[in-house]
Amino acid sequence: MEFILYPVAIIGGLGVIYGLILAFASVKFKVEIDPKIEQVMEVTPGANCGACGYPGCSAYAEAIVKEGAAINKCAPGGQAMAEKVAKIMGVKAGAQKRKVAVILCGAGGTDRTNTTFEYNGVNHCKIMNTVGIGTNACTYGCLGGNSCVDVCLFGAISLDEFGNKTVDRDKCTGCGACVKECPRNLIVLADIGKEVHVYCSNKDKGAVAKKNCGAVACIGCKICEKKCPVGAITVEDNLARIDYDKCVSCGLCASVCPTGVLVDNKEKRGKARVTDDCIGCTLCAKVCPTEAISGSLKEKHVVDPEKCIGCEACVSKCPKKAIEVDYAD
Amino acid sequence: MELLYKLLFISISTVFVQNFVLMRFLGLCPYIGVSKKLDSALGMGMAVIFVMSMASCITYLIQYYLLVPFGLEYLQTIAFILTIASLVQFLEMGIAKYAPALYKALGVFLPLITTNCAVLGVAILNIQSTWADGTPFNFIESILQGFFAGIGFTLVLVLMAGIREKLEYSPVPESLKGMPIAFIVAGCMALAFLGFAGFKI
Repeated sequence: MEFILYPVAIIGGLGVIYGLILAFASVKFKVEIDPKIEQVMEVTPGANCGACGYPGCSAYAEAIVKEGAAINKCAPGGQAMAEKVAKIMGVKAGAQKRKVAVILCGAGGTDRTNTTFEYNGVNHCKIMNTVGIGTNACTYGCLGGNSCVDVCLFGAISLDEFGNKTVDRDKCTGCGACVKECPRNLIVLADIGKEVHVYCSNKDKGAVAKKNCGAVACIGCKICEKKCPVGAITVEDNLARIDYDKCVSCGLCASVCPTGVLVDNKEKRGKARVTDDCIGCTLCAKVCPTEAISGSLKEKHVVDPEKCIGCEACVSKCPKKAIEVDYAD
Repeated sequence: MELLYKLLFISISTVFVQNFVLMRFLGLCPYIGVSKKLDSALGMGMAVIFVMSMASCITYLIQYYLLVPFGLEYLQTIAFILTIASLVQFLEMGIAKYAPALYKALGVFLPLITTNCAVLGVAILNIQSTWADGTPFNFIESILQGFFAGIGFTLVLVLMAGIREKLEYSPVPESLKGMPIAFIVAGCMALAFLGFAGFKI
């Protein structure tokens, strides 16, 4: 009997003693952790993209709770996350406009680039940029190494058969990873709804730019600058640049651009649609910059698709989340 | 003199000649897993030194005051695992409460070594180790061996981390990037440590 009793008693006893010590320790050494940190952590996207400026989602959650960091810094989480965090933290979510990446160069694909030599090196833009200032005849244009595609965590930049890049605005979270990656600074973040862009970054004189570019280049003719009703376009160093803070996306500049490098992506714009949840509060109509929403108090509002520029200003205003934006593509 | 000799013997033999990672091949998982960055390697090393010393101390007492008197040496493994796991848990809670800075530095690594084979290995080897004349290690010697085993572990972990940080900037062939080159480096290090084998003090 002893040969089974002792082992059971000793190992069992050890287990019981350790269990008791740990149980005692868990009470005695209890460290209070703010439950809010966990709650905030739950609503973050968990992509750890670093767009907020913190070393990951958990660090950002901790900073929100402990240091009172701004709650609208998360690009992938966007307005939806900011509102959830606002509920947890009991603060108001400031309006945050979703930003998407725009590649300001029409070249990059094999069909639209004049190449000066054949490149057989590593397919990485930063390296390509150092080899004889790149294969692209245009020294300002896209190198075609597709580092922006590689660096995108969300698969938002797609390539067509020639290697031309398109940004998928649904997938793009505006984290800015590609902006930092591009050695030629061709990518900018623009508010969603800003759909008029100068797809060129060449600062050469018109004739040189035209000769080197395989697609269409900005020749710095200044017609757009004169036409812009809000003074949002300035031509500097033979290149037109749009100030997205001023631009109202009217598309007037695109209609007069002689080279067609200024493009108004009318058809690509989202169109707002009011769903049946609308309670007729008229908030959306008030915030709409183009007066595309109409409707009377306490009745369902209607969006005029002709006027809607897809700026999503109404989406964040609607208290019932009754506005959805449809994209053509 | 006797004590100094023993100290020297234990330190050199456990750190270099019988290094836990490269000669006994214990604790290989953290050796590969936590050697990517110098900071975390050092943190892991400190946690291992700490736990190994504490585990050597407790398991020695368990062995000679609980298992041997009742003739239960065959329960050594299970008793030691139970003891080490509870000890690490207990330490983790204690550190979290009384030394938050240390907890932040060790934090992730403490639970990782709960069931680390190197820790169990040092506990069992303490019991098995004998001097040339056949006398087993006493209490102090066991703790010393545990402590120096941790030092040896930290040494190779930090060396490995240093090499792997340099590797990041080296032109490694595409197919060898990451783990493969790390294994090759580990093999080279083990070969280098083989030079200590047969070292007589």
